[in-house]
Amino acid sequence: MGIFDVYLLEALINGVLLGGVLALLSLGLNLVFGVIDVVWICYAELIMLGMYAMYFLSRVYHAPMVLAAAICIVTVGVLGVLLHVVVIAPLLGAAPINQLLATGGVLFFLQSAATILFGIEFKNLGVRLPVLKVAGMFISYARLLAFGAALIGMVLVYLFLRRTYTGTAIRAIAQDRQIMTLMGVDSRRIYVITSALGGGLAGLAACLLVLQYDVHPFVGLTFGPITFLICVLGGLGNFGGGFVAAFVFAEIISVGGLYLDLEWGYVFAFAFFIAMMFVRPQGLLARRS
Amino acid sequence: MSRWPRWIAGAALVALPFVYHAPYPLHIAILILIWSFAYTSWSAMGRFGLTSLGHGGFMGTGAYVTALLWNRGGVSPWLGIPVALLAGALLAVLVAYPCFRYRITGHYFALVTLALGGIVLQVITATRDYTGGSLGYTPERYQGGSSLYALQFSGKTTWYLIALAVWAAGLYVWYRVDGSMLRYALEAISEDEDAAAATGVHVTAEKLKITVVSAAMTALAGALYCQYQMFISPDTVSGISVSLQMVFAAVVGGLYVALGPTVGAVITILMAEVLRISVGTRAVGWDNLVYGALLVVFIVFLPKGILGTVLAHRQR
Repeated sequence: MGIFDVYLLEALINGVLLGGVLALLSLGLNLVFGVIDVVWICYAELIMLGMYAMYFLSRVYHAPMVLAAAICIVTVGVLGVLLHVVVIAPLLGAAPINQLLATGGVLFFLQSAATILFGIEFKNLGVRLPVLKVAGMFISYARLLAFGAALIGMVLVYLFLRRTYTGTAIRAIAQDRQIMTLMGVDSRRIYVITSALGGGLAGLAACLLVLQYDVHPFVGLTFGPITFLICVLGGLGNFGGGFVAAFVFAEIISVGGLYLDLEWGYVFAFAFFIAMMFVRPQGLLARRS
Repeated sequence: MSRWPRWIAGAALVALPFVYHAPYPLHIAILILIWSFAYTSWSAMGRFGLTSLGHGGFMGTGAYVTALLWNRGGVSPWLGIPVALLAGALLAVLVAYPCFRYRITGHYFALVTLALGGIVLQVITATRDYTGGSLGYTPERYQGGSSLYALQFSGKTTWYLIALAVWAAGLYVWYRVDGSMLRYALEAISEDEDAAAATGVHVTAEKLKITVVSAAMTALAGALYCQYQMFISPDTVSGISVSLQMVFAAVVGGLYVALGPTVGAVITILMAEVLRISVGTRAVGWDNLVYGALLVVFIVFLPKGILGTVLAHRQR
């Protein structure tokens, strides 16, 4: 069947679905970077805690899924605010690399806190969503759901940034943080709101990821690096670029994983990233200056 | 300052295993020396604002190339280790040259190196038919006991002296860089690249020099670790945790002073061991918990690190 191989098509579709989740993952990180100019190295660990929240709420306390998801999103949002107030705020004036390293310390802290509190066993929701069969292809329902929710989440954030007063202030701060304080925007308040939003998006990602993956204290290391690379590939702080980069990455992983092992998919994706950094260091969609 | 205290301390360190040779403390001392050397290698470039989050990649290259050459090709580590260093240096040039050429700095450089570390980890895992994947890899024992040819020694004293020599060599490199023009060039570059270039500093070449030195030293640390432990796995010699661990120990100890990374290694390894012994297997995670919290506290309150702060106080 040549190029229209059914497996290839399946891999392509799964790539698109994975891309939706990766785009959602990178959205929160991009938002925080674009506005506060800080890279949360521990971003994926926030997602890990969100996944544990989902696990405990639905498996142990038998909360309904939707309620559990709502609590999860709020909890991780609050964690985002805490992270900002406790760690980032005192370092806002320091060298950027120090902020990166401090959140790296938080990464270790959260990982080991999870190890101590929850143990190192792999845990899952025990929910097995059905698999759709379309024209001989197998498409995971969980991935489809994640893709849909990711799209909705991204549209909501877009509308919030474009249509509300606070959203406008956030975008203005992202463009020029000195001038906007002169214009009467309280940058500290905006930073807290942005951190809450970034955390909330991590929480949403956690709700969706927990449907497909087991949760364990080191699960963050599987998503973390790829999320940073997507943000950088798209241009840190550039939402459109991050969106496109997420799909490009997901396709490389998915199609590369089809022909060789999944690890090779990642190797190709990382190598592609390094190559692109040299071709377009400012990000995929950056204008040439 | 007279050089006597340094020579006396050095002599005491050499004499240590002959006076006191309980296996466990020596084992810890060897690990501290090997990791100190790795952290010193990282800080050789890290102190100039070249924050690499991918040094685990170089360490993994050093360890796996040495072990694979020995097991697959029967190549003695005496030849294998230089090849591994070359491989580490080559990898560094491959990634760092374009980075420096196209002015990828700061966050971006850190994240590109993060990708490099990720690639090495994934390649080791993916080529599991050769490397054993995530289960780890063991260099074959050479006819049982010790052998100079295979660089395998059963006695801890021998290993202690080797690790001590390598660690001292690492410090020597650090001081050589510290006293060279390279240091001034790199300091100028870390302040302002354009200004440095305008005053005639060859930015790309100078940065590349220190990166290659640092990468090759880290690969040596990996090879040494492999020969001593006789077991390597992707997670213990490569990957993001190892890369971050290097950064953190260097920062906690003190990035801008020669013995800072060593102090960082002593603190982090001793803390992990003390917790492991006093709390037992329940201690899993506690060391990193304290470690992570300490790191945040250090970066907020003591950005010069422990030794750096102490020395700065003494100078005043």
